[in-house]
Amino acid sequence: MSEMKKIKNLKEFSTSADRFEGANLLCPGCAHSIIVREVLNATNDDLILAASTGCLEVCTAVYPYTSWDASWIHIGFENGSSAVAGAEAMYKALKTKGRLKQPDRTPKFVAFGGDGATYDIGFQWISGCFERGHNMMYVCLDNEVYANTGGQRSSSTPIGASATTTPAGRVSYGEKRNKKDMMAIMAAHGAPYVAQVAPNKWKDMVAKIQKGFAAEGPVYINAMSACTTEWKFAPEDTISISDLATDSLVFPLYEIIDGTKLNITYRPKNIIPVRDYLGAQGRFKHLFTKQYEYLIDEWQARVDAKWDYLQRREEASV
Amino acid sequence: MADTIELRDIEVWDGNMAASHALRQVQVDVVAAYPITPSTPIVENYAGFTANGYVDGEFVMTESEHGAMSCCIGAAAAGGRVATATSSQGFALMVETLYSASGMRLPIVLNVVNRAIGAPLNVNGDHSDMYMGRDSGWIQLDSYCPQEAYDLNFIAFKVSEDHDVRLPAMVHQDGFMTSHTAQGVHTLSDEAAYNFVGEYKPMNDMLDLDHPVTHGVQTEEDWHFEHKARQQHALMTAVLPKIEAAFADFEKLSGRKYNLVEKYNMEDAEVAVVCMGTSVETAREVALEMRQNGIKAGVVGIRVFRPWPLEQLAATLKDVKAIAALDRSSPHGTVGALFNEISGSLFNTDTKAVLTNYIYGLGGRDLTKAHLVSIFTDLKANADAGKPTTALQQYIGLRGPKLSFF
Repeated sequence: MSEMKKIKNLKEFSTSADRFEGANLLCPGCAHSIIVREVLNATNDDLILAASTGCLEVCTAVYPYTSWDASWIHIGFENGSSAVAGAEAMYKALKTKGRLKQPDRTPKFVAFGGDGATYDIGFQWISGCFERGHNMMYVCLDNEVYANTGGQRSSSTPIGASATTTPAGRVSYGEKRNKKDMMAIMAAHGAPYVAQVAPNKWKDMVAKIQKGFAAEGPVYINAMSACTTEWKFAPEDTISISDLATDSLVFPLYEIIDGTKLNITYRPKNIIPVRDYLGAQGRFKHLFTKQYEYLIDEWQARVDAKWDYLQRREEASV
Repeated sequence: MADTIELRDIEVWDGNMAASHALRQVQVDVVAAYPITPSTPIVENYAGFTANGYVDGEFVMTESEHGAMSCCIGAAAAGGRVATATSSQGFALMVETLYSASGMRLPIVLNVVNRAIGAPLNVNGDHSDMYMGRDSGWIQLDSYCPQEAYDLNFIAFKVSEDHDVRLPAMVHQDGFMTSHTAQGVHTLSDEAAYNFVGEYKPMNDMLDLDHPVTHGVQTEEDWHFEHKARQQHALMTAVLPKIEAAFADFEKLSGRKYNLVEKYNMEDAEVAVVCMGTSVETAREVALEMRQNGIKAGVVGIRVFRPWPLEQLAATLKDVKAIAALDRSSPHGTVGALFNEISGSLFNTDTKAVLTNYIYGLGGRDLTKAHLVSIFTDLKANADAGKPTTALQQYIGLRGPKLSFF
């Protein structure tokens, strides 16, 4: 039935058949395209895809072109999840009625959305889809900002980041709120599989995507997508910035099975200071001033506390 | 295989039950819906059919009307028969996706049980939601009673899914007055109903795995205009002939005849009321009584609100001396929509007709026979004077001081 790809190394991966074409309008160095290729390459099964309005959507389906060699739909900003859920419902109906054109094939249903479409405007739709138990995967391309429209804050924007609607200034250090914990929220829906991934740890990511495809029911993948434009780093540094994120534990890689069982899937050999991660990005530049540098210590304390919490949950198997 | 139901030739159904049975009979593949008064029973009845083995398709109870139409769009793009129902605030919440559905050329049937839109919150029938949909690119069919709510569903599926059309369609019925009022409804057998609409023929279906398609693209100033023009072209040229053909086929099947514009005693009418929904039947009754008083009164019911049957309406009204456009939605700042449509239909003709506008029935306020008598009496005075003897726009059935404009 379900066919998972076996990819041994990056070279093999890079020459693997693409259903997401390199011909797209994403920024050079954008992690979205790396993540999407890794998701699509994790299976040989047919794919039915959706995207919410955002960078991925506006850069890959500009009429009369398309970057998608798999069926793909976009409706609006908030409803990529419901679009693919509707397609999945139709698949079930036509299967019951014996009207599928290729009855022996079992397509996978995947929706992509940015953090704006996921954490904010599309949250209700995603919640509905997960509660209803559609057999689908939702992948959040989490670049922690409304990048498509020029860098406004979302509820995924981390504290202290300068965004255009929460700019750092003479009396403000930028975003004031902690990033929303979507992993916990989606796990609380009782989803069979929820995982956080990063494109630099591609084997970990592919393994999780394949676990997600093998699961029955709605699967949530939170994919860190380093944004060269809004995080303000050089386009060639996307993977090294991602390494700083995962190795500083700002972006820990873990999974939650059946809403309860938490496993940490990546433990950096050398944990690096959060300061190094923040210092590599223009969006945190203002933190490295006398006025705001106390926030860096607070950042470190929060990351340490979260890591401690994740370890305790893993140890307790809850 | 879903079980069939042996219907009696005439069932006592309200409009909601009639619509539910129509959805069951055409074997919709995906119904994705969210309940809202007064359309809720359509969804509840359909859930009952599903629970008892009369439906093979998927029934998706979403978290909102926006989610419902979003699922409908995904399901329709996947390639199958799709329907839902809503009213009022739910319709308003859906509006964004209505434009998506029509712009993506997806056949979907939406039963709209018309209800006022707050504030103030109100659950009763008026045409605010129907009017809100009028620029959305959907076909809009209007029923006046449960029988028509039933019949027009079959027409809607047949026309909407036609490959020359591929546009979504709404079937409107008046909240409570039609949706919750039981009447005798002549039925089709399950087999005849299904055969009339026919098997769904997919086009650009996402589930054809050998032919991937991209739905819902981005176009800016380079192509957006051409896309919208193509959509308008289909709506303006393909739809009315297809509706007329479907009406003709339906008449052969059922003996019930429908028209783009429903004329009542219009052959020699000097004065005419133009309206929609349940008011059409009341107006017909009063028009007949007016004739006994020597006033040559007629009634024009709008059956197809979009695309607007401009030529048919102009031809129907060309010799009438005084016309009243009855709008059951507050125009908020101008004349009513029907007044505008009729003006636009008649403007470049030789008509000398006096056209006036009545706003009525907001939030479920009754339009009584006495109201219609007063409207026809106004029309007679206008016809005799050859000019308006009243304000152009009057509120009728309003408590307190009279309200009129222009």
